[in-house]
Amino acid sequence: MTVDLHPRFTFEAFVVGASNRLAVAAARTVAESPGTAYNPLFIYSASGLGKTHLMMAIGHLATQVSPRTVVEYLTLEEFVEAYHAAVAAGQSEAFRNRFIGVDLLLLDDVQFLADRRETQAELLRFVNTFLEAGRQVILTCDRPPNEIADLDERLISRFAGGLVVDMGAPEFETRLAILKRKADERGMVFQPAVLDAVAGIDVRSVRELLGLLNRLIAFQAVNEGEITPEAAHTLLFGETAAPKREAPEAEIPDQAPPAAAAPDEFAQFISTVGSTLAQQLEAWRMRLREAAVFWEGQGYRPRRILALLEGEESVESESVLETFERDVDRLRELEAEMVQLDTGRAGDAVFHDPDRLAEAETMVRNARDGLAPPPGPSAAWAFEDFIAADSNKLALKAARTVAEKPGALYNPLVLVGPTGVGKTHLLHAVGHALSAAPGALVACLSAQDFLDDLVQAIERERMDAWRSRFRRASAFLLDDLHLLAGKERSQEELFHLFNILLETDRQLVFTLNAPPKQLVGVDQRLITRLEGGLVAPIAPPDRELRLAVIVRELAERVGDVDDALAAYLADRPAESLRSVQGLVQRVVSAAESQNESVSVSLARETLEGTGYAPRRASTGMRTSGIVVSPSGGIRSREKVVWTWPNPADRVIEEVG
Amino acid sequence: MSLVNFTTREITCKIVYYGPGRSGKTTNLHYIYGRVPDDRRGRMVSLATHTDRTLFFDFLPLELGTISGFTTRFQLYTVPGQVYYNATRKLVLQGADGVVFVADSQARQLDENIESLQNLQVNLLEQGIDARTIPTVLQYNKQDLPSDLILTPAELDEAINFRSVPSFPAEAVGGTGVFETLRAISERVLRRLSEERES
Repeated sequence: MTVDLHPRFTFEAFVVGASNRLAVAAARTVAESPGTAYNPLFIYSASGLGKTHLMMAIGHLATQVSPRTVVEYLTLEEFVEAYHAAVAAGQSEAFRNRFIGVDLLLLDDVQFLADRRETQAELLRFVNTFLEAGRQVILTCDRPPNEIADLDERLISRFAGGLVVDMGAPEFETRLAILKRKADERGMVFQPAVLDAVAGIDVRSVRELLGLLNRLIAFQAVNEGEITPEAAHTLLFGETAAPKREAPEAEIPDQAPPAAAAPDEFAQFISTVGSTLAQQLEAWRMRLREAAVFWEGQGYRPRRILALLEGEESVESESVLETFERDVDRLRELEAEMVQLDTGRAGDAVFHDPDRLAEAETMVRNARDGLAPPPGPSAAWAFEDFIAADSNKLALKAARTVAEKPGALYNPLVLVGPTGVGKTHLLHAVGHALSAAPGALVACLSAQDFLDDLVQAIERERMDAWRSRFRRASAFLLDDLHLLAGKERSQEELFHLFNILLETDRQLVFTLNAPPKQLVGVDQRLITRLEGGLVAPIAPPDRELRLAVIVRELAERVGDVDDALAAYLADRPAESLRSVQGLVQRVVSAAESQNESVSVSLARETLEGTGYAPRRASTGMRTSGIVVSPSGGIRSREKVVWTWPNPADRVIEEVG
Repeated sequence: MSLVNFTTREITCKIVYYGPGRSGKTTNLHYIYGRVPDDRRGRMVSLATHTDRTLFFDFLPLELGTISGFTTRFQLYTVPGQVYYNATRKLVLQGADGVVFVADSQARQLDENIESLQNLQVNLLEQGIDARTIPTVLQYNKQDLPSDLILTPAELDEAINFRSVPSFPAEAVGGTGVFETLRAISERVLRRLSEERES
């Protein structure tokens, strides 16, 4: 089925004129170095203007230049037939293999691709294979690629990616040159005016022209005599339109256009320009291709760059690459943020497609909106209000250090002490100080809140969001860790959170009512981790601290401080600062209700007289008793009891 | 960059023929013009004085058609060689993508060649162009004159081609070397396409 190249269809036999000069120059370049300059070469012209001739000439010259070149010429129809036959025989692979060794594929009349999707797909694969292997493809067509009906865009871009050249109808000089050459080939001699007259007919194709010549030759042969211009006139013009003689334009009369036989310097010049330009554009395309491959390797869809390559978008390539890079950077930021916000959705495809940047932005924004920051420290407690004493010296120093250099020295910091000695105060003071740092996101909450939050997250199946919420905190401060005793899931989550934060040097602070080792119901993994930091004990307040607190409380509540009263109150036994505050509160309330001024005697009466019930220890486990809202307000000073005590043991203290 | 317009898919190269007066710049353009097929040449504009000396400049637009999807145009200009037309020379040199320096091979014209080369360098510099970076080729014209009157290409290379750019012996009236020169400068100008976009 493959047609041999027609022996007479060579470059030498091809008459070059203005209308086909570029095509011939390109064809020569391709024949001399197949696969390098213009690949594919797409030649189009109306029928009968020498497409097939030129194509075969390429084949001839290529084999002359390099005899080992394997040339395959076939029309699209043959290609299609062969393909269908192969498919029918179940041999489509063999069909492809047939072309493996081909260096130069000449495919004629590809306009028949119109409306044949399947063939187009197969041809696309073919062309791609050839182009990738640097093997030359030459196609001819009767129209430019974009005018082939329903042609796959990818094919159009492949064709346009090489060189698309057209050939026009020959002008007078070329027509005359063709006629002379053909007449010579046939050994016919005509009077010059005869060929002039024929060339003057404005034909649409070379075939038509040769048809006219044939008639002249036949006429002359039959009449055994030289045909006269007049006879030729009658013979030919009787049927064609009135002769339209094109006068060759000569703008500078003394410099006539070059004769066809002279070396065509201009064609060579165009050939040089063409191949240089093609190389440069190829370099440009190469760079885009590299960029596309690079970004694809990075996991980003390079659709925009590919569109540039395929010429679908006519914009400046550099700006496209720059924008692309910028968008990728932004996507990376968004993805990193999404990892913090919602790990589960961070892998979404939108983060790898710069064309969907807007979607990615929206997704992250929504995630951001739907995610409240973790509860923060209360502003009600500051280091300034914390009264230093021997009993809390170590804890205060450690807390201040942690506030200044979070994550650096004591991580985690574990504040251990009985109820009401100021652990919560110190914890929040640290949190408050840490919040002041730019970009800080301090999570500071009670273990109960932690637990409640977790339960809610499990209920709503928003565990990822819940985890992200805490994992993005710059510091994590948990009050009353011992409350998580026996809560395995909470401990598990805390354990992972602990590890993640610790790995990234983010500060952790915990409060405990007993040294870690004495905790019951808490996972050993957590205990050892707590011990790995600094365990800072806070002892029950000594007299000095009690006195300082009483003086401050009295000053706040009644204005002046009765030293004797303060001394009396300080001497009262109290295990915690809160009970010290309770003493002051009771005395002040009694004074108010009895409309008396606060005094030692009133205090004595209030605290030691009737109505005073000695404090009994409760059996329940108790918290610091303070509920702190993230907004910083203290909602209640009432004790919160987790294990409901025996009613007989209940002690109702004053409520402020 | 004026050379390539990706939006309209056009490439326009402006090439200026520079050199001392009477060195043959206009002759180069005339020869090229004579070889261009009708449909590809624009009208050559030549503003010459009565004595055929270029007063302003010659301009020859060349339409090379669509190459690799780009409509390609070359614009060839000559400058007036005479010393006193420097303002025109500066004007013509504006936006040039490449320069062909047409030297007069006659031995007695050597000083004029050097002077003109220096003038080229100064005029380029005024436009912020480094004469070392703009694509340039040399043409040693009038090599057909008797050998005792002219310098050989080797001698001229020695005397004026201190940047070692490509040089071509030529005889512009007969056309020898004209297209070689044009091809060389075109290649060099087009090669810069990719370089410029990298910078």
